Amino acid sequence: MRISFFPGCSLEGTAREFGESIQSVCKSLDVRLEEIKDWSCCGASSAHCTSEYLSIALPARNLSIAEKTGKDLVTPCAACFSRLKTAAAMITDESKADFEFPCTGKISILHILEFLCQHDFSEKIDKLIKKPLKNLKAVSYYGCLLVRPPEITDAEHWEDPTTLDILVSRLGAESVFWPYKTECCGGSLVLTRVDVAKKLISRLLDMAGEADADCIVTACPLCQANLDTRQDEIASEKGVGQEIPVFYFTELMGLAFGLEGTGKWFRRHIVDPRPLLKSKNLI
Amino acid sequence: MEAKENRDFRDAVVKAVGDSIFTCYQCYKCSAGCPVCFAMDLQPHQVIRAVLFMQRERVLSSRTIWLCASCETCTTRCPNEINIAKVMDTLRHLQQASGNQSRESKIPIFHNAFLASIKKSGRVHELSMIRDYSLNSGDFREKLKTGGWRNDVKLGIKMFLRGKLKILPPRCKGIKEVRNIFHLSEEHKKT
Repeated sequence: MRISFFPGCSLEGTAREFGESIQSVCKSLDVRLEEIKDWSCCGASSAHCTSEYLSIALPARNLSIAEKTGKDLVTPCAACFSRLKTAAAMITDESKADFEFPCTGKISILHILEFLCQHDFSEKIDKLIKKPLKNLKAVSYYGCLLVRPPEITDAEHWEDPTTLDILVSRLGAESVFWPYKTECCGGSLVLTRVDVAKKLISRLLDMAGEADADCIVTACPLCQANLDTRQDEIASEKGVGQEIPVFYFTELMGLAFGLEGTGKWFRRHIVDPRPLLKSKNLI
Repeated sequence: MEAKENRDFRDAVVKAVGDSIFTCYQCYKCSAGCPVCFAMDLQPHQVIRAVLFMQRERVLSSRTIWLCASCETCTTRCPNEINIAKVMDTLRHLQQASGNQSRESKIPIFHNAFLASIKKSGRVHELSMIRDYSLNSGDFREKLKTGGWRNDVKLGIKMFLRGKLKILPPRCKGIKEVRNIFHLSEEHKKT
């Protein structure tokens, strides 16, 4: 199967292991990700905070490139997903004359989690599991823009989504319930108001601990980076706190599939997940 | 003059988000679910009321409009379908157009650095974007004084060693098209 792919800027930098694990997992599922030619940044929050025109026109350029391929578009970043879907919704027959890259809305835009959780893959995933993630207790973290607002994301359950929980269980891990699945991690404030962002991160980490989880599983490069990078600062400020590994869901898929290269992905984490995985006999 | 400015302010918000804003009955649901409320000087429901009362200065000088994390919880939960996140976006646009400096000045400076990075290479180059933000916002100078730079350097080294910092800026052949989008956006602001 071939599908268009919009990686987004962070996959080339802070979220490299997300990109690497997506490529490996898709390969094993016989999915060929075709990166759209010469894509540009979606504008993220900075565009919509600055100008409505910019917030639609920047993703629209990518949508028009993707539409030329005729294939549906998959993206791994929750912010890209949100901006692409918003642009597609905002460019209507009446408004399209305003934009240099009018798109017609003929292709679907999917987040990689949504894409891999499609029914067609479940049997294939089951067959590929060589090493079920036994004894691993994970909380699924969806964050904001994968699910909100539902008019844009088409999320079925925006207050209590379950797709990631189901996938995590499918991989053999224990999906632990927690009430913070869709609470904001404060990613957009992490450079400007670190104090506010740290408070939000801290809340999530504390709740994951309270839920007795070993790790947090994410599907967004911004959420992962935000939750992963500030843990030692938060722990030293509070004087207590145990660090908790934050995985991309595709890393756990790769681990359960027994794919090569997982070690390379885990080495890129700030909070090293390898001691946990060793203690569970998973590596 | 001031009265007209205040009315124009409310009308601009109404035009952007629609008449639904008039239906706000102050149920506080937006503020109750807001993850950043604890740091705000005006709570989201107060922003809506202040907009309707045409309190331009009070709203545009608030920290709230920049602290809003755009998590969309308020918009999703509002019983009257008011797109509150879009209200916040519109207020940021109006604040920037006013030419005044915000009390949360670092946040718009961050957005400017982010957009400048896109304008420069078509994609965001995290490393140079963070450098530009730190220098332009005074964040770097501040951290030199407080010693906060140590945490940043420590994290930077960790990220570099883990291959998470791309040194060279990305390339996008469509850069001219991207720059034209920025140009058109400026034109659009004038109309």
